[in-house]
Amino acid sequence: MPSAGEFGFLAATLGELLAALPVTLGLFLASIALGGVLAAGLTWVRLRGAPWIARLVRAYVFVFRGSPLLIQMFLVFYGLAQFPAVRHGMLWPVLRNPFACAVIALALCTAAYTAEIFRGALLAVPVQQIEAGRACGMSGWLLLRRIIAPLALRQALPAYSTEIVLMVKSTSLASLVTVWEVTGVALRIISTTYKTLEVFMCAAAIYLLLNFAILRLIAVLEYRLSPQLRAAAPAARRAGAAAP
Amino acid sequence: MNIVSARNIHKRFGQQEVLKGVSVAANRGDVISILGSSGSGKSTFLRCINLLETPDAGEITVAGERIVLGAGRAARSTRLRRQIDRMRGELAMVFQSFNLWSHLTILENLIEGPVHVQKRARAECIAEAEALLEKVGIADKRDHYPAHLSGGQQQRAAIARALAMRPQALLFDEPTSALDPELVGDVLRVMRALAEEGRTMLVVTHEMSFARSVSNRVMFLHRGQVEAEGPPDELFRDPPTERFRQFISGHR
Repeated sequence: MPSAGEFGFLAATLGELLAALPVTLGLFLASIALGGVLAAGLTWVRLRGAPWIARLVRAYVFVFRGSPLLIQMFLVFYGLAQFPAVRHGMLWPVLRNPFACAVIALALCTAAYTAEIFRGALLAVPVQQIEAGRACGMSGWLLLRRIIAPLALRQALPAYSTEIVLMVKSTSLASLVTVWEVTGVALRIISTTYKTLEVFMCAAAIYLLLNFAILRLIAVLEYRLSPQLRAAAPAARRAGAAAP
Repeated sequence: MNIVSARNIHKRFGQQEVLKGVSVAANRGDVISILGSSGSGKSTFLRCINLLETPDAGEITVAGERIVLGAGRAARSTRLRRQIDRMRGELAMVFQSFNLWSHLTILENLIEGPVHVQKRARAECIAEAEALLEKVGIADKRDHYPAHLSGGQQQRAAIARALAMRPQALLFDEPTSALDPELVGDVLRVMRALAEEGRTMLVVTHEMSFARSVSNRVMFLHRGQVEAEGPPDELFRDPPTERFRQFISGHR
């Protein structure tokens, strides 16, 4: 039975760890956003670009999926700084910042995985439905926006939700390049209190809750996006309401 | 004046020459049935008319706008692409497997092209779409998704979607081939009503009774060429070639 003092410690620890949650969220959101944009570009090039540049994208995907994220992060943060050109270059204000380096490494890595998810989703869009779009005069951006992307998104969501959850957990690696996010703060508390079990349990609980919330959000999105997979809606429910 | 014409269309897939110079010209109100055994090139020909397949050579005219295809014509030029998009809007297509957009309701399927391609007012498109659904007999399916409809209902929705584009002519690519026999009748009834309204239609089909009683012209393709052509009465009463005679006797 833990004593009152122990409860006090747990509460204080949770408070300290939660104070670092914005940093974890920042790492996550920035890298998912950047990685998503990069992945969209990579997918486009892989499917539509010239053969040599498509091969380059394949090599990129292979390297970033095939090597440990931690090493990628070390290379960005410690490795690049070895080059005088980088230290004196325009990007140094960014590359000397641990948070920025962690975001870059996370984004580069998730882009490789996400590009593969996007590619699979695009290839799974039924050709007939694309053809129906062309047959009524759609092409290019309009066809992508109205037909291909909405269908691909529904295909991609289950796999992409896994990638998102993995990214939340991967932000903990940033603690090793001196970013004070949840795991980093946990390590710091442990180094002074030696209460490894309690502190790590609190940290794990925070990640668990965060991922639970994210997965619920995605589940709601998935449900909203797939009315065509459910039993026929009673006509009365939506009758009269104009199409969205 | 012809509403749609395709002249001397050639198409090859690799070594195989699928179309060896096929032509067709439809005036307003013409219903032309295109017959042929599988592999005769009839579906490819229809798809060449709205350029879902790019012919290797030939000339296509739709509502006075002409596209010439042949060696050296870059199909990727923006100007040509715009022209093709515009032309496709005038030629609505009905597919063998319906090809309704699965993420949109039936009503949304109908207004998609009018609203986003033709930029017409949404309210007007909805009113028109509802009238079209009424006409093909599935007004109650307005807010259902394609997956919730039977094949025959889906094909009627697809016909309504084609009509919603206010096209100059309708192209049908074996519209009843994917349907259960008892559902074919509903779709054919709708098509017959359209023909009676004076719509211009090009129909690739295996339905001999439709070709015979609804269309005013029949084309028979064999190995990428027109083997027989003419009004159905004459053609069916007195088959001009032995192959056509065999073909119709095999489809009775």
